[in-house]
Amino acid sequence: MLIRERISSVGIHLILIAYSLLALFPLGLVVINSLKSKKAIFRDPVGMPIGDAFSWKGYDSVLTNSDFPMYFGNSLIVTCVSLFFILLFGAMASHALSEYRFRGDTFIGLYLILGIMVPIRLGTVALLQLIVDLNLANTLTALILVYTAQGLPIAIFIFTEFLRSVSREIKDSARIDGLSEYRIFFEVVIPLVRPVIATVAVFSMIPIWNDLWFPLILSPGDETRTVTLGVQQFIGQYTVNWGAVLASLSVAILPVLIMYIIFSKHLIRGITSGAVKG
Amino acid sequence: MSQSVSTTSNEVKKPWRFYIFVFLAPATFIYTVFAIYPIIESLRLSLYQAGDDEGVFVGLANYARLVSEPYWAEQFWNAFKNNVLLFAMHMLIQNPIALALAALLSVPTLRGAATYRTIFFLPTLLSVVVVGFIWQLILSPLWGVTPAFMNWIGMGSFFKPWLGLESSALITVTLISIWQYVGIPLMLFYAALLNVPEETIEAARIDGLNGWWIFWKVKLPLILPSLGLVGILTYIGNFTASFDLIYSIQGGLAGPNYSTDVMGTFLFRTFFGFQAQLGDVHMGATVASALFFIILIGVSLYLFGVQRRLQRYDS
Repeated sequence: MLIRERISSVGIHLILIAYSLLALFPLGLVVINSLKSKKAIFRDPVGMPIGDAFSWKGYDSVLTNSDFPMYFGNSLIVTCVSLFFILLFGAMASHALSEYRFRGDTFIGLYLILGIMVPIRLGTVALLQLIVDLNLANTLTALILVYTAQGLPIAIFIFTEFLRSVSREIKDSARIDGLSEYRIFFEVVIPLVRPVIATVAVFSMIPIWNDLWFPLILSPGDETRTVTLGVQQFIGQYTVNWGAVLASLSVAILPVLIMYIIFSKHLIRGITSGAVKG
Repeated sequence: MSQSVSTTSNEVKKPWRFYIFVFLAPATFIYTVFAIYPIIESLRLSLYQAGDDEGVFVGLANYARLVSEPYWAEQFWNAFKNNVLLFAMHMLIQNPIALALAALLSVPTLRGAATYRTIFFLPTLLSVVVVGFIWQLILSPLWGVTPAFMNWIGMGSFFKPWLGLESSALITVTLISIWQYVGIPLMLFYAALLNVPEETIEAARIDGLNGWWIFWKVKLPLILPSLGLVGILTYIGNFTASFDLIYSIQGGLAGPNYSTDVMGTFLFRTFFGFQAQLGDVHMGATVASALFFIILIGVSLYLFGVQRRLQRYDS
């Protein structure tokens, strides 16, 4: 019995390791080759970037001869500002929905989470007209507004579920102490929701950072390109410069990788606890 | 979400509590203006055709053109068919792989489950554009990574530029998408499997069932609700998010010869125009609205059919 269990455990590990390699190999291949000279990229794709195979040229042409640093800045601004509004406005609305009873509360609660099931992209035609009418075409503001609207439903859903499960004694004792409703939100509720903020943040951030559709449609101008759109256009122009293409892909992967290493615990906990209730 | 809390500290009815308005207004305003209004306005635009300033009201004529006028119908049904194929292949390939990996990960004695989990989920986080190009390079005959690998395992003669062939482009794109997104159903299944009560499994073991049968007879029926959720998420993703992948690998024309065209790329071309064809706001809105109804039907089936039936199993 023990031997049989040992064998099946080895088998399980073999399958899981095989799949891990399948998941990691393409990424590793790109990062390794981005550090090699053009000759080495073609001569020996799986070789390590050591000795005369090593070359920094790809990164050099991406970081100095292109607008990549600016695209990076654009993505960072759009993602951080949208995230700030999603978290603040989402928490405020969730606080109202979980704390007070008022006429139409159920309706507003359902209305605000409708967007989880109905993708905002379906309104693109009218959205572009609206953005043009507001004189916001080719601005980062347009992207921030749209991403805030897109991120609010899932944020409100997670925050509200969480706040409903939190005891109200703390809030009531704050009321007895004479705190205004606004101070209760900022001084009691905000610290309370801290455990789910990371979950909501990661959930909202990834689709924003990776999105291609809205940057392509709402702000394709050179000054307002995000990294994702930048990579897409950059690769279209430089198909011959393999070093630069591979370096630009690596540059686009890295920030996500770093965020993931920091937040993976929160992200996975978020998925495994919240989403199953569906 | 639907039931409101009955024990509220403000039981005394106050006619107008301004702070509730302050808390709700910013989220409701931005969401209404930039998410809900554009969808409703697109639905309205789909009922008009270009004419004077406001357009001419034509009722459902645009929809009729979309499904029957040869120029539109050919593209619409082709994109729709490809989307259905994409959905079917994700359901038949991606979700079983995810379930199998989740079942292995949830073996209680397994060491290193957290590491595997982190690795499996990694591709999901990357931009579709990045993933698309990575695979384009790897599958490219120019670079030769794939032909070399296939020679190594003795199958070199089977190599073809799959992404460039009409017959294999769609399945290749699908497999790339599965490689990237298998992490999401994997996590949902994994979470559901972890929630199966230990006593239930123990009882089955005492009854003499082995690991395999415990999975089929005990665990699988208990995680059926997450199967439904994965199904509807796959459905919505396939009809809307597939644009990014196709556009970055195959371009707006969804080549070769439209063999990878999906509703997203069709909408993009219709709305913005391509080559000699001018963009058409009203037909664009019609395609988007058709997509809206397709998703609405799926979500309704899920909410009223699948989920209700599954909940009965659950209790």
